[in-house]
Amino acid sequence: MRALKIGLSFLAALALSPAANAGDTMDATDIVHRANYMSYYQGRDGRAQVTMTITDSQGRERTRKMTILRRDDSESDALDGAAYLGGQKFYVYFHRPADVSKMVFMVWKHLQRDDDRWLYLPALDLVKRIAASDKRTSFIGSDFFYEDVSGRLPEDDEHELIETSETFYRLRHTPKDPASVEFAWFETFIHKKTFLPIQAVYFDGAGNKLRTITATRVDTVQGHPTVTAATAVNHSTGSRTNMEYSSVAYDIGLPDDIFSERYLRRAPKKYLR
Amino acid sequence: MGRWILLAAILFASSHGAAQEPALPDFGEGELQPAPPEPAAEFEFGGFWDTRLGARVVGDDDQHSLSLAETRLQFELSRDFEDFSLNLTGDLLYDHLEGQREIDPEKGKGVFDLRQANIVATPHDQVDVKLGRQVLTWGTGDLVFINDLFPKDWNSFFLGRDEEYLKAPSDALKASWFTDAANIDLVYTPRFDADRFIDGRRVSYYSSTARRIVGRGGGEVSPDTPTRWFDDDEWAGRLYRNLGAYEVAGYAYRGRWKSPQGQDAATGRATFPELRVYGGSARGPVAGGIANLEVAYYDSRDDRGGANALVRNSETRFLAGYEREAARDLTLGVQWYVEWMTDHDAYLATLPAGSPARDQDRHLVTARLTYLTHNQNVEWSLFGFYAPGDRDAYLRPRVTYKASDSWTVESGGNVFFGEDDHTFLGQFRNNSNVYLALRYGF
Repeated sequence: MRALKIGLSFLAALALSPAANAGDTMDATDIVHRANYMSYYQGRDGRAQVTMTITDSQGRERTRKMTILRRDDSESDALDGAAYLGGQKFYVYFHRPADVSKMVFMVWKHLQRDDDRWLYLPALDLVKRIAASDKRTSFIGSDFFYEDVSGRLPEDDEHELIETSETFYRLRHTPKDPASVEFAWFETFIHKKTFLPIQAVYFDGAGNKLRTITATRVDTVQGHPTVTAATAVNHSTGSRTNMEYSSVAYDIGLPDDIFSERYLRRAPKKYLR
Repeated sequence: MGRWILLAAILFASSHGAAQEPALPDFGEGELQPAPPEPAAEFEFGGFWDTRLGARVVGDDDQHSLSLAETRLQFELSRDFEDFSLNLTGDLLYDHLEGQREIDPEKGKGVFDLRQANIVATPHDQVDVKLGRQVLTWGTGDLVFINDLFPKDWNSFFLGRDEEYLKAPSDALKASWFTDAANIDLVYTPRFDADRFIDGRRVSYYSSTARRIVGRGGGEVSPDTPTRWFDDDEWAGRLYRNLGAYEVAGYAYRGRWKSPQGQDAATGRATFPELRVYGGSARGPVAGGIANLEVAYYDSRDDRGGANALVRNSETRFLAGYEREAARDLTLGVQWYVEWMTDHDAYLATLPAGSPARDQDRHLVTARLTYLTHNQNVEWSLFGFYAPGDRDAYLRPRVTYKASDSWTVESGGNVFFGEDDHTFLGQFRNNSNVYLALRYGF
């Protein structure tokens, strides 16, 4: 019964998903674009409550809670010509821990130049512009990197389809600019039915695993199959981070001006709940 | 079930070799409806308990050997109503070095320091207003303020309280109007809010009257502070917008010097002379970092010709800064700041004989280094000010360790250098201190 229900939910999801018409004839770049779309671009905008639990190698736990708002610059969802792919705006409102409560981190992600970033410190009423930084660094102390949260440009890597199993496309991605990243290559397992990346494994030049990111739960929200739980493991430090999404909603009608200094200073509460 | 298999797979997976095909994630059953907004919380509540101990590292007969000995409990309460929201932040404070227990909300003294008590409303789509006690900040400088004439607490800054206490609250009305062409902020403070300035009670300074460094026991400044509602008021405005990736702003201020910059000829008391400020700023990405420029003209209304020896002269202030990530988790920022006195000849002509004269232009260079280690749980920070003309400097080293989500341990110092007693940073050299802080956040 359970299997049947899952099957049905997939059908429902696929019927609504632009990833529906894929066959086994796709090339690696097509698969990467579909996976990129499914991971970062579903809906015109979106909201999620995110809880990160970071457990270091000695078992010490830290928790971060935030609300993330996202809005795409591109009005298109089309994969043809990668029309979906464009800049995005992110608004990250922190709830926990206490020392970052009510802080806001805002990003205007650009494809052709460095992202614009701001940090709002409520105790000082300070809107600080932050220098663009290495995107391959930890996002707020977790085992996820900035690029895991905001997406990595498909054109930054060479893609190769190395295996097609019953369930997954297995791809290998090699960076075009190896000096800009900490890994030598990474592999992804893309779920054939949903085009969601279920696992990404990053390797160093000697073939040692650096990090593994795994989707552990997928829910279908408004027809969009959505990863709602994921784990990142840092093999060199032994640290791991569980990330859980709740209250996920797409197409909530976020106005563009939410991503401005006005709403850094005055949190847009009705969109954050 | 799937998750347990996955967990086991992760735990036992070798960290070497090819990637194994992962287990499928747990696919939720059926369609999740879009999550409705959660109902507004009755109250949002938070705060911290912060205890700080600091000691002077240079002997100063005029001051206590401890620089800080205090514990404070900050409560923050906010509530959203239909048409407005209410914000309250206050500190219950025990300051062992402060004799005064009676509450003085203007100076932040006594057993309670009210940091915020305001309502925020949006009377029109394009208009926000904030009324009441609030902390206000604008401008582009990093610990250097040119067009931000909102009150500062320099005592807290020099003694090693948390950086949030550099900003003293204003009792004001802030109205903001947002349009496609530009945004406008207008702040009206009906009664002058002075800085919590260096007055000798906790931090010793150079007295131009006594011509030496003074502190408690004779050096305390008791200024003649303007207190008339709606007469001794302040206006501050900002017009700003984005131009591509760049933020540009124009500013204007009508009020008074925020720390005493004058003296009453009859009584000898320190005064806050009238001041108008006009300025502008720009900030945006340059070569992988963030660059900022800010400039302002300080029109000292009570000394427009510069010939009044008792009132600070008019001046032009200029700031250029640049910050970028120098390496992973290492950020470097530099700034160059100049104060250029308008009527230096008039100043020299009226300077009392024997008084040390300042140069026409005073340059200040700052550098900030921030380095995160231990999964960003430890922050190493160094901020330095250096004035080549005055040959004085001020260093703020600090290390912060987030021991857990609740507990933070911080240690740092405020170290002043200078060859002369009278220079801007050098006058504080007897106040060099180190401190240790423990904070529990909730």
